[in-house]
Amino acid sequence: MDIPGLYNYWIVIVLMMTGFYIVIARGNLIKKIVGLNIFQTSVFILYISMGKVDGGTAPIIAEGVERYSNPLPHVLILTAIVVGIATTALGLALIVRIRAAYGTIEEDEIHAQNTMKDADG
Amino acid sequence: MIAAHLPILQIVVPLVAAPACLALGRGRAAWLLALAVSWAALGIAGGLLATVLRDGPVSYALGNWAPPWGIEYRVDALNAYVLLIVAAIGAVVLPYARRSIADELPAHQHAAFYTAFLLCLTGLLGVAITGDAFNLFVFLEISSLSSYVLIGLGRNRRALTAAFQYLVMGTIGATFIVIGIGLLYMATGTLNMADLAARIPAVAHSRTVLAALAFLAVGATLKIALFPLHGWLPNAYAYAPSAVTAFLAATATKVSVYILVRFLFTVFGPAYSFEQLALHNLIVPFAVIAIVVCSTVAIFQNNVKRMLAYSSVAQIGYMMLGIGLGTATGISAGLVHLFNHALMKGGLFLALGCIALRVGSVRLEALAGLGRTMPLSAFAFVIGGLSLIGVPLTNGFISKWILVQATLEQGAWGLALVVLFGSLLAVAYIWRVVEVAYLRPPPDGARRREAPLSMLIPTWILIGASVYFGIDTSLSLGVAEIAARILTGGAG
Amino acid sequence: MVRRHLVLRVVSKLLIPFILLFALYVQFHGDFGPGGGFQAGVIFGAGFILYALIEGIEVARRVAPTALVRLLMVLGLLLYVGVGYVGLFKGANFLNYDVLAHDPVHGQELGIFLVELGVGITVAATMVTIFFAFVDQARR
Repeated sequence: MDIPGLYNYWIVIVLMMTGFYIVIARGNLIKKIVGLNIFQTSVFILYISMGKVDGGTAPIIAEGVERYSNPLPHVLILTAIVVGIATTALGLALIVRIRAAYGTIEEDEIHAQNTMKDADG
Repeated sequence: MIAAHLPILQIVVPLVAAPACLALGRGRAAWLLALAVSWAALGIAGGLLATVLRDGPVSYALGNWAPPWGIEYRVDALNAYVLLIVAAIGAVVLPYARRSIADELPAHQHAAFYTAFLLCLTGLLGVAITGDAFNLFVFLEISSLSSYVLIGLGRNRRALTAAFQYLVMGTIGATFIVIGIGLLYMATGTLNMADLAARIPAVAHSRTVLAALAFLAVGATLKIALFPLHGWLPNAYAYAPSAVTAFLAATATKVSVYILVRFLFTVFGPAYSFEQLALHNLIVPFAVIAIVVCSTVAIFQNNVKRMLAYSSVAQIGYMMLGIGLGTATGISAGLVHLFNHALMKGGLFLALGCIALRVGSVRLEALAGLGRTMPLSAFAFVIGGLSLIGVPLTNGFISKWILVQATLEQGAWGLALVVLFGSLLAVAYIWRVVEVAYLRPPPDGARRREAPLSMLIPTWILIGASVYFGIDTSLSLGVAEIAARILTGGAG
Repeated sequence: MVRRHLVLRVVSKLLIPFILLFALYVQFHGDFGPGGGFQAGVIFGAGFILYALIEGIEVARRVAPTALVRLLMVLGLLLYVGVGYVGLFKGANFLNYDVLAHDPVHGQELGIFLVELGVGITVAATMVTIFFAFVDQARR
């Protein structure tokens, strides 16, 4: 197995699992959003490294350049980055409202408040 | 000239109206605009379905960039069917929303509500119309982001945590889908679904394609809320504003089912997903567990909205059971239930919204004597409930009849029994509500106080449609069968 | 607050015009080189947010009232979709730029210019709106 030659995929996998682990294991809502961001970033790297062509440069026509990287995955991921920003902003906005409503951003404390009060509010 | 541009108008009419709602800034004007646009969207969806049934699939190249290079909107019978469901529910829920939202949200949020609602509608319609895999992800996120906002607007503070949980789960699901699409692009170099379908067989043996299928399937089932991945759904539906619950319950999971069906059958092809990978061995057991477990859980809920939410997860089990069988009859059963469930569950949640408006609660004990205080809403709930159970002359019966046929075709008696057992469980939870509403006396001093007509009429339209499509199935079942034929590789 | 942080104020006063200018460069150079509306909008928004951080939120609001920012957010999006509709009205498909001018090459250039302008305006306004929204929450 060609491990060094596929190093970009290893980076993607490590980042993805790191992010995923944070989302699952951390109770702090802000940390969950950070984990989600790392998780999404790993996908950005997957796409960006996919578009790279060995020896290719930025796809702008110039004298004496014949090999260009594939710009399509890069453009796609620009869209995904925008989506990621919107998700982060919305997640943080929800956290601000949760903090105002519960006085905490720790998941277990919120859960305790929810169950302490009647189960259906 | 307009007829040729229907596919794009389906998307850009609500898309352009959404920011315009925000600019209007006033609740009433924004509502009127949103209403007009949702009816226009329904008209366009109807026109598209008629065109597709008459002339076959419609293709529209955005900016005249020819597919597979440009983004293509491609409408066949399945797309048009899902578009019609989404647009119809949107057009029915919006008239209802004005009173319901005026009661549940402060006035300064109304314009923003209609903006988010229209964006959600745009996203769902976009998913159902696009023929480009990445474009599908973008529309999915448009609809998801706006639905997180809509859910978070609920009055109870638990709506916020429900929305946050959905945001985390939904983003993971969507990211899985985008990983799957990326792997497919890696293997084939194209994003156009028809082009993908043509190129995948050549690389089908590679692990990249297998991983792509795995990521897409898990991501889509997360958005569908199929049994083990349904954790986000009950709270999200239980605490969202009434109109939002009705709209999302009737459309959002349905569109996700469409995504899974589109990828499994059109992009990967039944030969790969079902014959080679035997995915039915995976989908059918989860669907069965969803039907049995979630129907049982629904019986023990004291919040009726959450009861219906668990029932939704169970009903998704029926759809997935049909689709998981992989036969033409099975798929038509799944698709026709997608249509029928949107009507009945939409109607049930709307009826519940009427009740919430007058009673102020949807807890079971608060519904005592409702048969006398709110006869029309309570009766709408009963009819919707009968349809959920699958009583003859309701559309629920049609779905279950076809589904049982599909299981028997395969000689799977056990699955047919599961469908019938699920109906018995549905009797149990619907009966709990009926018992409280009709057999218990209303609280002292309760007067007869029916919900306003602007809410009752939409409720009864959906409930009436549930009965109508239980008798005349030429539209619901007819199109579902055509779509099933296309998906299993026959000619449309 | 206004009289304090002299160094910060002087430095940012020097920087902000260049940040905004750079944003415009990224915006209008986007059709020949790396750049485009999204990046430009973020840079422009960031320049304005820096101004708001240094001068205080009240001053920033006087420069860009909430209603104006909200209007810009909507206008940018409408400009984008509007360009698409022009193609539709001229008998071509949605977002076809060829028909915007008398020959397709100029049409493409004009089309991408207008669309990116719309994106830039919307993104800048959205960034500022998000910033204002969070500031308002924090002060409550």
